Amino acid sequence: MSGTWMTTRAWLLMLPLLVVMVAVIGWPLVDTIGLSFTDARLVGTGGDFVGIDNYTNMLSSPNFSRTLITTTLFAVISVAAEMVIGVLAALLLNQEFKGRAILRALMILPWALPTVVNATLWRLIYNPEYGALNAALTQLHLIDAYRSWLGEPGTALAALIVADCWKNFPLVALIALAALQAVPRDITAASLVDGAGPFNRFRFVILPYLAGPLMVALVLRTIEAFKVFDIIWVMTRGGPANSTRTLSILVYQEAFSFQRAGSGASLALIVTLLVTVLAVAYAALVRKTAGSAA
Amino acid sequence: MERRSPAFTVFIYACALLLAAIILAPIAWLFIMSISPAADLAAKPLRWWPQAVDLSRYRQLLSTAENSAGAAFTSSLRNSLEISGMATLAALALAIPAGWAVSRTPAIGWSLSMVIATYMLPPVALAVPLYMGLSHLGLLNNVFGLALVYLTILAPFTTWLMKSGFDSIPREIEAAAMIDGAGLLQTWRIITLPLAAPVMATSALFAVLLAWDEFFYALLFTSDQRAKTLTVAIADLAGGRVSDYGLIATAGVLAALPPVLIGLVMQRALISGLTSGGVKG
Repeated sequence: MSGTWMTTRAWLLMLPLLVVMVAVIGWPLVDTIGLSFTDARLVGTGGDFVGIDNYTNMLSSPNFSRTLITTTLFAVISVAAEMVIGVLAALLLNQEFKGRAILRALMILPWALPTVVNATLWRLIYNPEYGALNAALTQLHLIDAYRSWLGEPGTALAALIVADCWKNFPLVALIALAALQAVPRDITAASLVDGAGPFNRFRFVILPYLAGPLMVALVLRTIEAFKVFDIIWVMTRGGPANSTRTLSILVYQEAFSFQRAGSGASLALIVTLLVTVLAVAYAALVRKTAGSAA
Repeated sequence: MERRSPAFTVFIYACALLLAAIILAPIAWLFIMSISPAADLAAKPLRWWPQAVDLSRYRQLLSTAENSAGAAFTSSLRNSLEISGMATLAALALAIPAGWAVSRTPAIGWSLSMVIATYMLPPVALAVPLYMGLSHLGLLNNVFGLALVYLTILAPFTTWLMKSGFDSIPREIEAAAMIDGAGLLQTWRIITLPLAAPVMATSALFAVLLAWDEFFYALLFTSDQRAKTLTVAIADLAGGRVSDYGLIATAGVLAALPPVLIGLVMQRALISGLTSGGVKG
């Protein structure tokens, strides 16, 4: 069979997917770009062309810079914590002990729990009047009076980060564990014979095997953390006093609560650009890590 | 195997217990809340263990009596099942031919890379045109409309999984069948698809989990019992004026049950699917 026919056939098989992707992703994206240069409302007429006004207004608004900082804080702290706790859990699960198989099976639970159920669960735990956290801390005499963990700007973001970490660190742990199990036994044995201490063994023998998979996990988690919506919407809706408002929440409010489709579209594209830059920078880093490990 | 000192062994078991507690405590508490009498949950100091097991909320949520909390819950359960099922079937129907094509003809691989790159797009970047488009087609607040939108998430992911699945089936087997005179469809039916069955099952389960978990589009594009999904129904309960927190917990337990069971039963396949991209680097 000729190469051209093979390629044509491949395109024909690819076609249904591409058509659907253009319809549900390509066209909406192009339309969002068009909307971002207009003052269109969500309902009603198309709106008038306003040039780059939406972008300049958005980028100069204090709402945007504050939201960008909140999003960055959320993403950096929760992803960093997930990576550290995840690797520690993987190192533990790579040891031999009774019950290891059961513990490894349990790790799938937080990952499988729907995000909205996770958010609801933690909202109940943090409840200011009847929540388990208040009850536990009071009964342990760590606090005197019940607090509103999600109701105070000082603690709300931290409380969200804990809930997000709890759901996502097991995934990092499972990825890291799979990588650890690929480390050849004779290499760790040889490093022992050579007298490497536990820290050096981790740094020079084990970490090179972990670097590639962990970088991939880092990229995926960071992109998701930057796009975060669900957990925040269910737990705080961006409050109190906008202290947990992330970029996706701000776009939602702009485009759907205030029905300013044009300005919401411009903000959505700014977020898209930020995520893309982040992903491209990370991808370069992944390639570099993979290159040095090989 | 390295010899461990007794102190190190104790340390390992202590860490294992701590990890188990961190994982289990919140889940256990969700379940305990769902079976505790309301008075126990409002007691100060809080009762950590119910005085009597109260299963009334499960009966309440699973009843279909009209205008009850159960009616809203069961309809959202049905919508979630329908939407996840339809979206998964459609995603697989697109992913199987496309994944095979890219696997066997690497020259067109860049098109799949572009499809996968859409993962970076935040859903908010598509939401306004999708809202207007669905509204135009009369598909707002409609299970078909939402299932269609879910293809934005499900189709790229399942295609990528199917492609790596087909990669591990030697093309020589297919070539042998073709030399014996089998056409493409026959080769697929006899050789390729049976060999790819485990990957298809994994992809389908991943797709179901993704659709079951989705919240953002469901929140935007559905408004009542005709299309509201479980995630939206639970967010409504959690954000509303429900005075019985046990009822919210019960809805959470019921919504979590299918994905958690899938996760536990399919553990090995899910983990290898999750890590295949990661470990290959």
